[in-house]
Amino acid sequence: MREIKANQIKNKVKELFLKANFYINPDLMQRLKKALVEENSPIGRYVLKMIIENNKIASREEVPICQDTGLAVVFVEVGQEVHLVDGDFTEAINQGVKEAYQEGYLRKSVVDDPVFERKNTKTNTPAIIYTDIVPGDKIKFMVMPKGFGSENMSAIAMLKPADGEKGIVDFVVETVKKAGPNPCPPTIIGVGIGGTIDKAMVIAKKAIVRKINQPNKNPKFAALEKEILTKINNLGIGPAGLGGNITSLAVHIDYLPTHIAGMPVAVNVCCHAARHAEGIL
Amino acid sequence: MKNIIKITTPLDAKKIVKLKTGDFVNITGNIYGARDAAHKRFFELIEKGKRLPIDLKGQIIFYAGPTPTKPRHSCGSVGPTTSYRMDPYTPTLLNKGLKGMIGKGFRSPEVIKSIKKNKAVYFAAVGGVAALIARSVKKSEVIAYEDLEAEAIYRFYVEDFPVIVAIDSTGNNLYETEPLKYIK
Repeated sequence: MREIKANQIKNKVKELFLKANFYINPDLMQRLKKALVEENSPIGRYVLKMIIENNKIASREEVPICQDTGLAVVFVEVGQEVHLVDGDFTEAINQGVKEAYQEGYLRKSVVDDPVFERKNTKTNTPAIIYTDIVPGDKIKFMVMPKGFGSENMSAIAMLKPADGEKGIVDFVVETVKKAGPNPCPPTIIGVGIGGTIDKAMVIAKKAIVRKINQPNKNPKFAALEKEILTKINNLGIGPAGLGGNITSLAVHIDYLPTHIAGMPVAVNVCCHAARHAEGIL
Repeated sequence: MKNIIKITTPLDAKKIVKLKTGDFVNITGNIYGARDAAHKRFFELIEKGKRLPIDLKGQIIFYAGPTPTKPRHSCGSVGPTTSYRMDPYTPTLLNKGLKGMIGKGFRSPEVIKSIKKNKAVYFAAVGGVAALIARSVKKSEVIAYEDLEAEAIYRFYVEDFPVIVAIDSTGNNLYETEPLKYIK
């Protein structure tokens, strides 16, 4: 058994949310620079230049990349040899979020009940937490401040097995087409296939944080990613939706075994400010 | 790249009719930040025949809620939120004299019709470049609905805020016309 204090969790979560909101990951920055070369539209290039410049300012001045500093999503892998002491796991994560958003001048964008009062909780909590128990004695965190301009454009479909690859391609491309300029293209498209309706979306969300354009290990799924990306970029939506040939920067598919009767397909859209940070305790 | 047109707020019909879809515009002057919850309150006040906390005549609303301002900064990071969520309230505000909106993304056919009828304009700002846009905001203050926190009403004094005319006063829509050129 290895002891980890709740306070260590709090500090790690805080550190990662600050980092994610100020610093765009180098692989994404590289991809944006490549997009600037590939983009044919003058307005599209103007938008991409602004995005690249913005990301430089944010890291230099340690200010948020986007004013929508997101709903705080945290993926945690807890080693089964870990013994948590001096506190509560969920509370420690929420405390880390709260301190990051207060001390880092990040926007608090959470309302308590989604329908009636919609009163701001003032702390950007509660966070959305997904926990997996894994072998080992460490805790691994992946934090993702998820903006809602793109979250709102996400969709799920319970396709029939007979719909096959074509059904998947059509559904993902149609989702991106309908979203148009709204989710702040050029986007990253996370796709989750299989599992249950809920699990499909969780793996779609997690697929977003994969290293940009690192293909799925399964060549068949990698080919599907490529095909979908090409079709999306043929839609003409372009950067900021103002026309162009770079509508998405990447399509990342993840998949799971599923039931004989179904083929769930989840599409989680992420804006060009695809913020995430990883850390281990 | 086209020349940049410089305009100052407040707006009037004379300034607005010259703006055409696709024009690059730099805005200088006071603009108002209001988003979902503030729009809902505006709408409810108008329905009850009550006065709004700001006079909308000739003004521009920026669909935005900034991050808190860091010490020695004039404004936190700020950029447009997606406009369609304000669509149910927008024609009512345009009828009250609102002349400009800054946001991102599609508008409903009702909003486009109302933009034409009221000789107004919808500007697109680039989403997700909030650290960059903040540089053109010289002053930022909450002027109403403080209880709404991130959704309060702000007054921003901006200098050369970069936007593009997305829907002009004749109803031309850049979000429809420009992508057509790149469809394969």
